[in-house]
Amino acid sequence: MRTVAFREALNEAIAEEMEKDDRIFLMGEEVGHYDGAYKVSKGLLKRFGERRVIDTPIAEGGFVGVGIGAAMVGLRPIIELMTWNFSFVAADQLINNAAKIRQMSGGQFTLPIVFRGPGGSAHMLAAQHSQSTEALWAHIPGLKVVMPANPKDAKGLLKSAIRDNNPIIFIEGEVLYADQGEIPDGEYSIPLGVAEVKRPGTDITLIAWSKMVKIALATADALAAEGIEAEVVDPRTIRPLDEELLVESVKKTKRCLIIEEGWPFNGVGAEIAYRIGRRCFDDLDAPVERLTGADMPMPYNHHLEQQCIPDVPRAVTAAKKLLYLE
Amino acid sequence: MSATEREAAELREKSRMPDKAQLAHYYHQMLAIRRMEEALAKAYALRKFGGFLHLYIGQEAVAVGALATLKPEDYVIATYREHAHAYAKGMTAKSIIAELFGKATGCSQGLGGSMHLFDASKNFLGGYGIVGGHIPLAAGTAFASKYRGDGRVTLCFFGDGSVPQGAFHEGVALAALWRLPVVFICENNLYSMGTPLYRSLSVSDVSQKALAYGMARDRFDGEDVVRVHDRVAEAVRRARNESLPTLIEIRTYRFRGHSMSDAGLYRTKEEVEESKKRDPITFGRELLVRAKMDEKDIVAIEDKVTAEIEEAVKFADESPELAYERLAEFTYKE
Repeated sequence: MRTVAFREALNEAIAEEMEKDDRIFLMGEEVGHYDGAYKVSKGLLKRFGERRVIDTPIAEGGFVGVGIGAAMVGLRPIIELMTWNFSFVAADQLINNAAKIRQMSGGQFTLPIVFRGPGGSAHMLAAQHSQSTEALWAHIPGLKVVMPANPKDAKGLLKSAIRDNNPIIFIEGEVLYADQGEIPDGEYSIPLGVAEVKRPGTDITLIAWSKMVKIALATADALAAEGIEAEVVDPRTIRPLDEELLVESVKKTKRCLIIEEGWPFNGVGAEIAYRIGRRCFDDLDAPVERLTGADMPMPYNHHLEQQCIPDVPRAVTAAKKLLYLE
Repeated sequence: MSATEREAAELREKSRMPDKAQLAHYYHQMLAIRRMEEALAKAYALRKFGGFLHLYIGQEAVAVGALATLKPEDYVIATYREHAHAYAKGMTAKSIIAELFGKATGCSQGLGGSMHLFDASKNFLGGYGIVGGHIPLAAGTAFASKYRGDGRVTLCFFGDGSVPQGAFHEGVALAALWRLPVVFICENNLYSMGTPLYRSLSVSDVSQKALAYGMARDRFDGEDVVRVHDRVAEAVRRARNESLPTLIEIRTYRFRGHSMSDAGLYRTKEEVEESKKRDPITFGRELLVRAKMDEKDIVAIEDKVTAEIEEAVKFADESPELAYERLAEFTYKE
């Protein structure tokens, strides 16, 4: 094992896969000469050259479409969106082309393509730059949605995403890039659609993904100090969803709190809560609860912003309510 | 192109009148497309299938002339008005009509319909239903050709209605910036659905958009299949040999409405009748007469087309549909 930053883990995944397969190229705004807006692609231009690391103008609808076209005829593009906030100007490409070409063509064309970039709020970036988009993308059949929480998952999942033959929405928590974590030394990958227990426990299940895993783990620590053992489960892939592991955990703990950064209405947690409610109806000792981002555009002001994002104190309170301790 | 160059090109065009066999091929293709769409309109009226049906009738010389410039490995991508391009790329009337009838024997197994004809084996990359949304994809297939150095050219068709869309400008701009081997063909039929050109574009000369992107351009009328072939061939050569894109505006006219539900109240009957005097198929037949093809040989082509389309309709009628149980396998690739 060795310790690397989240952004370095992603960089390694891209570089190792590009080394093995000439069909893979990286395209996006500032990915080359600038070394990446968030330095995920640092050094890749130097290593692979301008043919395979391609800077684009600011034209998401254009270069997302270029990636889709290239994938249709056999290349394996990695398209970086500087942030997922900018994906909406390419929404027609992602929703009407990427997600549908395979089916509309009767299975003749498949799209081995990864769309990746940072998502979620960071710090005082205000409404247009602080969005969690996973619920939007996960709604759409034809797309897969992947959201790693630590460097090990980031590298392993990105490798699987690059090797997958479907369009992948790969969302990297913007505030996770500098996080350090241990990763295996040699070659490894993590299959899509496989959740992971990030911390075992017996009394309540906390379900969280991406940066909310950190909140869930800190919540579990706080609860442990009071003698409550929480189990933290990270789906890692939103679609396909590893429903089995989530259900297995809740059947054991009989209580479930979902912590998500996104908006509550039609959120990913709503879908998970429905599935758990249906599968664990006889096992639950309390209704499935959700702690979500506030149901409004993100404010700029620091204190207001912090109140709009799930945090440990509110997660602890929500968990205790499910245990009838508050 | 200067006036002198244009004159020279026109002289070349005249001296290069294709032989009888090539003219017969054009006539066959244009007529087959016309008869196929007439059969589709009839079947639609009989409610043999539903959805949208956008007919190409009147514009046949554009698809046939343009696609005749390509090699089989070249890519073609088009709009929802793409029956003709699919046929001209080598797809059969059987696979096209069966697709519109929603049958499993259709080119897209009945999952795409009229607007989404695809054939990977013919490098026909599909018809697309969002106006202009496929134009960046054409830049993408051309990008792949340049990336691999495979020498292929992409032909991208769209209507004048696409030109105000952002996707048009982004796709064209990237193709110009990266010098991609693609030919963008705007089939300007003067109406985006029911809106005439002068109410949707501030500059009616669509080819001028190329100037802003530093791209080669051309502009001409599209009723003469030979002219379409020769002018598009110049752009295809530029793409193949110099890896440079071209924007071509071909002025044309659709005799039918935007789709089957179009009552056509936005243009006069006189205008439509006037345009029919420039029917590309009538002109294609004239070319055969001028080339001294015997009347009986021309009639033989026409009979062959009639039989081809009748057989295709019968095939589509008798074909099975895809079972619902199989549908899920098309959403994701295992």
